[in-house]
Amino acid sequence: MAEYETHDFDVVVIGAGGAGLRAAIEASAMGVKTALVCKSLLGKAHTVMAEGGIAAAMGNVWKEDNWKVHFRDTMRGGKLLNNWRMAQLHAQEAPDRVLELEEWGALFDRTNDGLILQRDFGGHRYARLAHVGDRTGLEMIRTLQDHAVHRGIDVFMECTLYRLLTDDGRISGAFGYWRQSGKFVLFRAKAIVLATGGVGKSWKITSNSWEYTGDGHAMALDAGADLMDMEMTQFHPTGMVWPTSVRGILVTEGVRGDGGTLKNSKGDRFMFRYVPDFFRAETADTEEEADRWYEDKRNNRRTPDLLPRDEVARAINTEVKAGRGSPHGGVFLDIASRRSSDYIKRRLPSMYHQFMELADVDITKTAMEVGPTLHYIMGGVRVDADSAQSTVPGLFAAGEVAAGMHGANRLGGNSLSDLLVFGRRAGLYAAEYAKRVPQAPRVDDRQVDAAATGMLAPFERREGGENPYAVHADLIAAMQELVGIIRTKSELEEAITRIHAMRERARRAGVTGSRIYNPGWHLALDLLTMLTVSEAVAMSALARQESRGGHTRDDYPRPDPQWGKKNVILRRRDGELSLVTEPLPEVPAELRPLIGEDKPTGKVALEPVAAAGAKE
Amino acid sequence: MPDVRMKVWRGDATGGAFVDFTVPADEGMVVLDVVHRIQATHAPDLAVRWNCKAGKCGSCSAEINGHPKLMCMTRMNTFAPDEEITVSPLKTFPVVKDLVTDVSFNYEKAKTIPAFKPKPKEADGTRRMYQEDIERVQEFHKCIECFLCQDVCHVIRDHEENKPSFSGPRYFVRLAALEMHPLDTNDRIDLARLKHGLGYCNITKCCTDVCPEDIHITDNAIIPLKERIVTRTYDPIAWALRRMRGKSADLGAGEPEPPSA
Ligand SMILES: Cc1cc2nc3c(=O)[nH]c(=O)nc-3n(C[C@H](O)[C@H](O)[C@H](O)COP(=O)(O)OP(=O)(O)OC[C@H]3O[C@@H](n4cnc5c(N)ncnc54)[C@H](O)[C@@H]3O)c2cc1C
Ligand code: SF4
Ligand code: SF4
Ligand code: FES
Repeated sequence: MAEYETHDFDVVVIGAGGAGLRAAIEASAMGVKTALVCKSLLGKAHTVMAEGGIAAAMGNVWKEDNWKVHFRDTMRGGKLLNNWRMAQLHAQEAPDRVLELEEWGALFDRTNDGLILQRDFGGHRYARLAHVGDRTGLEMIRTLQDHAVHRGIDVFMECTLYRLLTDDGRISGAFGYWRQSGKFVLFRAKAIVLATGGVGKSWKITSNSWEYTGDGHAMALDAGADLMDMEMTQFHPTGMVWPTSVRGILVTEGVRGDGGTLKNSKGDRFMFRYVPDFFRAETADTEEEADRWYEDKRNNRRTPDLLPRDEVARAINTEVKAGRGSPHGGVFLDIASRRSSDYIKRRLPSMYHQFMELADVDITKTAMEVGPTLHYIMGGVRVDADSAQSTVPGLFAAGEVAAGMHGANRLGGNSLSDLLVFGRRAGLYAAEYAKRVPQAPRVDDRQVDAAATGMLAPFERREGGENPYAVHADLIAAMQELVGIIRTKSELEEAITRIHAMRERARRAGVTGSRIYNPGWHLALDLLTMLTVSEAVAMSALARQESRGGHTRDDYPRPDPQWGKKNVILRRRDGELSLVTEPLPEVPAELRPLIGEDKPTGKVALEPVAAAGAKE
Repeated sequence: MPDVRMKVWRGDATGGAFVDFTVPADEGMVVLDVVHRIQATHAPDLAVRWNCKAGKCGSCSAEINGHPKLMCMTRMNTFAPDEEITVSPLKTFPVVKDLVTDVSFNYEKAKTIPAFKPKPKEADGTRRMYQEDIERVQEFHKCIECFLCQDVCHVIRDHEENKPSFSGPRYFVRLAALEMHPLDTNDRIDLARLKHGLGYCNITKCCTDVCPEDIHITDNAIIPLKERIVTRTYDPIAWALRRMRGKSADLGAGEPEPPSA
């Protein structure tokens, strides 16, 4: 029998980023006993790193903006694979959620008449992102954190949950360990909110931190929940590429929103050659018009530098492959030629600092070198749009770990707003659910013992086992090479084969030292999680035989209208993963005109689409 | 590239010592990269905190050659080729293991600062604030809670006994951020003196020197707070005026809301 401490709560929120904090605040406001659990210290979740802003149609800069336009942009940016109801709720509720942050002490940058200033971002028709320079996530997480601290929520920091517990198919709790002491901890809970974020740590080049091992995805799958559209991963077009040690660190889209343009080694603004038909009507087709747009947005169309991320990432990938890249394998991002040094330092202080300190590059004088980096996963736990409940009763999910809202591609700024809108909803409905559950949940000792035994196994093998760091290095190399921006059948099959082999190695992982703050042990456990999630991504990517948004298939280079109506669903039954497709909920007739009738068609830009100057 | 050598402190609450490591170097490496490489190749259980690797989260604080710094923002090329490099945990907080310390002191202090309490909205339902009115507070909001300023402050660095009555520079910044917030109505001035120990600070400016966010902790936060206390204590007219401007001076109202659990 394993030794562990036990805590009883109505609602346990796993994750203290924007989604988890907002969920915990709402649940505790509903009067239920609420715990907030996170792997890092409070305030260090991914949300703290968000730079550019929070998308919300407040109409402070453009009176024309409203939820309908935001809904349209989100759906089109997601290549219409979004859950329409989530996109609608998100667009409608985001402004209130942002204003609520102001009520709790957040200080956003201001317009001249004293309102919240909004900035341009890719795929958003109007300047829509509420922001604080380029450190919006910090403002958001600190505001939520300080608000939560005064609400009497019990916070469990540096505590990793590893297994969800179920009783007759319903949630009954979660089991894990304290990182500091290595001791086990059990939460008995009527409802659980997963707000664990994303999966990027399985790729070599990523903007994500060590926390992004996909714990929520894997725990949900193991507890019987459905995962949806896991092939939809977002490669952000602009990560740092040099020096080697900072490869993948994010360069905010705000650089382009504030005037930065992409150029190849010939000084060409190549994005003009990659405008797909779906976005042609709203995109400038000459450099002159794009230049004028920066000064006069009303009478000009926006620059193709601000196309949705999937388009820009593919274009950069193509330019580099064609030999028109920068010295270290990226392209150039130049803001110095358009903006003054003062402007850049005021609008993008942390970018200035980041390049100066880490790359010896002064972005007020020279262009940055940038290239795609694995940034975000649109796929995740399948949830009910209104309540955020998964297919397992009592299990809710919000934020990056949940699927549906962003379809095949997320627009910049739509994550932070997603966290607030659906974090609140998850907390609300989890609390309501917990109030309806008649008695305290029963915890099955066998589930707990099985988890505990598995978790301690690496200590038995000690030096004799596999080095978890070595297996991890192989995993990220495989995912980068075989499940990257451009995918193909044979490579995806190869990825799955390698994942199976690595799982055998991971099961033999050994660790040294004690249970006290032991990163080697933590990684040995995380590896199994990462392998589960990586397999889910590769399997789903193999299944979807089309190119759409964040998923590009070399062997199926076009969007397929039939696939455009399907979600890819993964579930585990009796230990085995199974994959099915299910129909995407249809957009109701009254909302359809908002989106426009045209569908994404045409081959995606694996090569430049416009004839002019394309073949050189 | 030649290999890099680094002495990393290893141990726990009972004691420890520097251990010498040598690993291959890479272009542009920072101290945190070297620590990670040591983990992957020599010491898989070496404990270290990090998240963003870009100076944004404040997790990777340590003492590098005795100076409080972020490991992810300290480039290896800032050291001379044969310079000895030591990395040790923050001294002001109890060691958990290796480079990880118990920083719960800070989270406890945070709870004792009365929450933000906004005044009513404008008649049109908006909240109008102008950029120039919020710039000072935005400077304070840049704080990434790395606790380097807490680590360096001599009031608690060598004086465990001062910890109960001194919250430290990070929380003076927080107090100042709330006090100077254009919408806030709570009053924390008396509290700053009585409960958070502002009087212990003798403006050595060491905190400002180590702040990776370049927050002018002493000039912009601590000194103005001290001035407000002086005005409050010796100038009853200013005090009364302040009351009339809507800031309640009732110390009781400034207490944190009692936690419900
Ligand atoms: C550099 C960068 C910049 C970005 N900029 C923007 C932007 O400008 N605008 C925008 O909209 N989006 C942006 N994004 C995306 C956005 O920040 C993230 O998608 C979002 O913050 C995720 O929030 P979350 O609440 O879902 O998860 P996170 O904030 O990542 O929080 C996850 C939480 O779950 C906890 N957790 C995970 N697993 C476990 C476990 N097993 N047990 C216990 N706790 C666990 C973690 O400790 C953490 O507290 C950016 C992302 C990055 C990386
Ligand atoms: S200025 Fe004050 S708070 Fe800062 S280090 Fe010196 S004594 Fe401490
Ligand atoms: S004030 Fe500066 S040094 Fe102190 S915790 Fe904040 S960022 Fe760190
Ligand atoms: S890892 Fe985030 S500040 Fe160093």
